[in-house]
Amino acid sequence: MEANIAVPSDGKNTWNGGGVKPFKASYGKMMMWFFILSDALTFSAFLAAYGLTRFKFIDSWPIADEVFTHVPFIHGVYPMYYVAFMTFVLIFSSVTMVLAVDAGHQMKRNKVAWYMFATIIGGLIFVGSQAWEWNTFINGSYGAVKTSEGKVLQFVKDGEQIAFSDFIVGDRMDARVTHTTKNGLWFESDSEEVPEYSMAQVLASYKADPSVQIRSERMNLDIKQKIILSREKGLEELAKGDLIIQGANLTANEYGNTIFANFFFFITGFHGFHVVSGIAINIIIFFNVLIGTYEKRGHYEMVEKVGLYWHFVDLVWVFVFTFFYLV
Amino acid sequence: MAHAQSHTKRIWNVFWILSAITIVEVAFGIIKPDVLHLTNFLGTSPLNWIFIILTLAKAYGITWAFMHMEEEKKWFRRAVVWTSVFLISYLVALLLIEGGYLFETLSPLVKW
Repeated sequence: MEANIAVPSDGKNTWNGGGVKPFKASYGKMMMWFFILSDALTFSAFLAAYGLTRFKFIDSWPIADEVFTHVPFIHGVYPMYYVAFMTFVLIFSSVTMVLAVDAGHQMKRNKVAWYMFATIIGGLIFVGSQAWEWNTFINGSYGAVKTSEGKVLQFVKDGEQIAFSDFIVGDRMDARVTHTTKNGLWFESDSEEVPEYSMAQVLASYKADPSVQIRSERMNLDIKQKIILSREKGLEELAKGDLIIQGANLTANEYGNTIFANFFFFITGFHGFHVVSGIAINIIIFFNVLIGTYEKRGHYEMVEKVGLYWHFVDLVWVFVFTFFYLV
Repeated sequence: MAHAQSHTKRIWNVFWILSAITIVEVAFGIIKPDVLHLTNFLGTSPLNWIFIILTLAKAYGITWAFMHMEEEKKWFRRAVVWTSVFLISYLVALLLIEGGYLFETLSPLVKW
């Protein structure tokens, strides 16, 4: 065994966990920085891939203001406000984090504990908001039709998007219901849920109501709005419809391009995962502060290190916010 | 720790600056003035450039003030910042050029 282990003998080992500090940065802090560097490259790869895809479909990409329009407990179309709230929560939790680091420099244990606590609460509010946002996104609010050519058709009245329930009349005409093991053979069930409305019903209702129009995915690049088709052209497109979509999943979504929802899930999900792990680490450090680990150690550098990670999570959100919701 | 004095005031200052930037971003995002939104400047709308510049300003504030990058040794700071800035701009430039090419090549083939 001994032959395989390098035994330090000269007492000059550089990376012994804190003794020697190249660039006046301790081993832990330096490695946290290099981890953040590599994580930043990962996130930028995702966002750059998102940018590539968006440029590729620049004339048909969903408009964020038409997708993220909901605020909890309030009905109506309010783009931006909710995500702005989430941004503030994260910035504020960054502030309490840096205040905790600052209190740590002055060895004020109680202050560090309270600021850490506030940071954890902020993180939890953010993750909760993110969950709400996902839930709204997945459930959808209007519904759309996907054609055999893969295009998504939305319905509008007087230029405003309307839901299926706003114009659909009559019954579904094919008498389909979701077949579950409860009401049929116990070993058989539909692999996918049968949507609330049928294609035939949508088509008949469209024909019956002349005020309903179809909005295509395509963008008029001069005014940056989606093109609304004429009634005849709309009927022609709707006749090619073969899928009713409500909400979003990884294979289809009512907002438009499939890959738009995929990127949304992937990037905000990966960021949310970082927030969750950040909260977990914060909680561990919080309890260490409470039991006096760092008091005994003589410095609060662990708070500083977890602080770096937490600020990084905030930093990434700043970019996600810009490229998903603003640009 | 060498610096035992409190930086609380500066921290709150940075917070107010970051908040103000976010409010400006959100206001622009809601109003979207046509003159900024529908015109073109260096490949995208001036509004998008405003968003990107404000985002970078926020990133600078977070990294320098909150992550204490300003207190690190010069070459340690550069090892982290230069590496990321160079690699990210390189990657983004390549992928966005490629995305534009894909649009030019593929969009004529899509029947609307």
